[in-house]
Amino acid sequence: MNDMTPIAKVQTTLKDWETDQEVRWCPGCGDYAILKAVQRTLPELGADPAKTVFISGIGCSSRFPYYVESYGFHTIHGRAPAFATGLKLANPELDVWLVTGDGDGMSIGGNHTMHVLRRNLNTQILLFNNEIYGLTKGQYSPTSRLGTVSPTTPLGSVDRPATPCAFALGAGGRFIARAYDVSKELPAVLKAAHAHQGAAFVEIFQNCIVYNKDVFADFTEKAGAAMGQLWLKHGEPMLFNKGTKGIALDTETLALKVVDVEDGDWQAAGVRVHDVKNRALAHLLVEMPFGPFPMALGVIYDDPRPTFEAAVIEERARASAGKTANLAKLLSKGQTWTVD
Amino acid sequence: MATVLESEPEGHTGGSDNAPAPEAVVVRFAGDSGDGMQLTGGQFTLSTALAGNDLATFPDFPAEIRAPQGTLFGVSAFQINFGSTEIDTAGDAPDVLVAMNPAALKTNVGALKPGGLIIADTGEFNKRNLEKAKYDVSPLEDGSLEKWQVLAFDISALTLEAVKPFGLGNKEALRCKNMWTLGLALWMFDRDRQPLIDWLKGKFAKAPILADANIAALNAGHAYGETAELAGPLKQYHLAPVDSEPGLYRTVTGAEAVSYGLVAGAQLAGLDLFFGGYPITPASAILHNLARLKEFGVTTFQAEDEIAAIAAAIGASFGGQLGVTSSSGPGIALKGEAMGLAIMTELPLVIVNSQRGGPSTGLPTKTEQSDLYQAVYGRNGDAPMPVIAARSPSDAFECAIEACRLAVQYMTPVMLLTDGYIANAAEPWKVPDPNGFEPFPVTFLEEPNGPDGAVLPYARDAKGARPWIKPGTPGLMHRIGGIEKNPGTGNIDYAPASHQAMTNARKDKIDGIAAGIPAQEVTLGEAGGRLALVGWGSTYGPIHQAVRRARRKGHDVSHIHVRHIWPLPENLGELLKSYDQVIVPEMNTGQFKTVLRDQYLVDAKPLNKTSGQPFTIAEIEAAIAAALA
Repeated sequence: MNDMTPIAKVQTTLKDWETDQEVRWCPGCGDYAILKAVQRTLPELGADPAKTVFISGIGCSSRFPYYVESYGFHTIHGRAPAFATGLKLANPELDVWLVTGDGDGMSIGGNHTMHVLRRNLNTQILLFNNEIYGLTKGQYSPTSRLGTVSPTTPLGSVDRPATPCAFALGAGGRFIARAYDVSKELPAVLKAAHAHQGAAFVEIFQNCIVYNKDVFADFTEKAGAAMGQLWLKHGEPMLFNKGTKGIALDTETLALKVVDVEDGDWQAAGVRVHDVKNRALAHLLVEMPFGPFPMALGVIYDDPRPTFEAAVIEERARASAGKTANLAKLLSKGQTWTVD
Repeated sequence: MATVLESEPEGHTGGSDNAPAPEAVVVRFAGDSGDGMQLTGGQFTLSTALAGNDLATFPDFPAEIRAPQGTLFGVSAFQINFGSTEIDTAGDAPDVLVAMNPAALKTNVGALKPGGLIIADTGEFNKRNLEKAKYDVSPLEDGSLEKWQVLAFDISALTLEAVKPFGLGNKEALRCKNMWTLGLALWMFDRDRQPLIDWLKGKFAKAPILADANIAALNAGHAYGETAELAGPLKQYHLAPVDSEPGLYRTVTGAEAVSYGLVAGAQLAGLDLFFGGYPITPASAILHNLARLKEFGVTTFQAEDEIAAIAAAIGASFGGQLGVTSSSGPGIALKGEAMGLAIMTELPLVIVNSQRGGPSTGLPTKTEQSDLYQAVYGRNGDAPMPVIAARSPSDAFECAIEACRLAVQYMTPVMLLTDGYIANAAEPWKVPDPNGFEPFPVTFLEEPNGPDGAVLPYARDAKGARPWIKPGTPGLMHRIGGIEKNPGTGNIDYAPASHQAMTNARKDKIDGIAAGIPAQEVTLGEAGGRLALVGWGSTYGPIHQAVRRARRKGHDVSHIHVRHIWPLPENLGELLKSYDQVIVPEMNTGQFKTVLRDQYLVDAKPLNKTSGQPFTIAEIEAAIAAALA
């Protein structure tokens, strides 16, 4: 159901996507790695800088458009999805990327995140999740874990965190993926998101080295990576820890469970094969708690359906069929009278 | 009725054999929310227009969709003033009140002229309804209505009788009451029933039995008038058509005129129109209207909230379409931050504010002009934005075009103010020729505009406007946003000199609009004199009529009505200073008065009303008399 004319591929290099602007994130910020991954991916996609638009809200992540040599719009807090919606409806040929954070996209802009997913606007939504407000100096965010100590929660936060991927899936998202800032797999995830026709939601764990340092280290650092990362591949068994462990379904409780895999015989252990079109499985994976389980990474769900802008265009064409845009005629329509 | 009309100060002209005809008559239909009073009023308006009378209407309905039946707060009313002379307002006091139940009588009879005619449906004056309307005894029987003429009869029973052949249930049959009443009203003013019969056939095309029943009720009401005339106080009047400019006419509401004006404005700019909206009373009708005009290159988007609606419109403007959003006071408040972004990024945008009573939810269905401060000043930072106000439903068409012109020529958001009265009220409109307006085609930047192929998104033209660059244009990639920027390059720049320069540039650009708008004219009267009444928006009608009457009596008073609220016309200050006194009638506590005092140091005096009802002519006449005493 690909509804748009594919954008002609253009040859570029990473350099072509760099602006002359000084990057102003803190030294060591995870955003640098994400920026590079994006700038490395865009040439591989054959993306055209003139037809590419980065739209952001407010926050550290939202400075992103200034650093990508394309069209860019740094808007207001939380509302980037709405700006993107107007832009895509005005010109569906543009390749629009949304850059947001856990505060911007899940808190002040949660409403718009929900609706852009529900409507299925053809755009890539990159939500940088560092579980903290960085630009306002370290207050806890809607994704901060219970007990997070911050200037506004000196005794620890008491409200439960939101799970962005579960939120996105619940809002009707048709593409849900996860990665982290310095992961080598990030470009592949971005490419899959770009290939998806519709709203593609990518949560990227990002290390805020100033206010929430190493909050994801348990699975991003080498020591915990094998046990902590479950990289999902469509059609392949859900294995981790070098193939010695896998994810199976407990059919009694309809819950996932970790099983041991001996001698690579994952079938015998009951390990499930990942299916990106299985929405029920996606629900289980986005809710899978880290700790007892590894972190589900990669493309969790990918099952496209027609986009919002295609439906709007189709409806406009249907409504206009056989009609002419004659304003004079429109104004004199209905019951009129003539004065001589 | 004759006594009513003799008290009419405008005198008598024209007429039929039956009675001397007045120049103008005010009729108010009042009933329960479910009685179809707005529909009755709307159809009576159409028949009045087709008869060639000038008219003005005032729909007045509760915020509740279906308030409990028979209650005082559930009364819905529709007033129309029509005549063979120029009509500027919906009229001060009705000559005729049609009261469909006790609550409608109670809430409206106080407005009726002494000697005016009450037509009441006795079928609804039962114990239960009288209690709900808080009457101890029926006012039809206790003599409390003696200063008026009362024509009370069982409209309910007569309607049931008329529609009996169609076998409708009691409830459905009684729904035809409004058509019976309309039939009687059409007889009273000697109107043709055929257009209404055609309309009913169209409306009930899928249920012909309902069409037939309604037509039967209409005819029965009409026939009742003929019969009753022989026996009683009911008289028939014929009002001669108004002397209007030749041409094709229709009726138009402000919401319709704004919608058409926006389409026209986009066409004159050579752009597609993007409308982002969120339902809110009384602004929703614009979204409804535009949703049906897709063949005009219109995209309508019902957003998830007010903020998303304006954000999407700005996104569309960024993409090269004409972005428009619309709301009423509370929704406009929500859009404030995004307006600031449109000001900062210097993108065209039209914001229509159909004002209602405030603050907060206020009076959703009642009219007020209390968002002027919000329009002119209501944003964070130094955020200048042009503001235009429409004075009547038909004027809203031209104002919408003007808002589009300013938006694209100056690369700025523009606010168009209407109000609940303008949005809902209908008036005759000489259908304009859309080709008679000067086009203002937009040119997008296609080539780099700086030295050595540099792109300067914040370079400025003679008007101070920056270039409009559509994403998708090769070689012109750039970034815009809400952070302060370097003049010219638009790159992030918080340097003191840059913020000073950009603040000045934004202010100068908007101030400069004053040079490109028409000089303020005196709407009625002379430039200079003892007294000027300075109005804006929907107070036009009562001010104009009051000044006309005062001038007929020989008073030195003039009417000035301002369309461009911000920036103000260049000559306005001097003009105001040429009068001994300046009075500013407004449906707020004195907002435009404050702006005029601030801008010109003139001693503008307020005349304020915030009851949710338009000014009456008499209220303004009284203020004129007091000022000149």
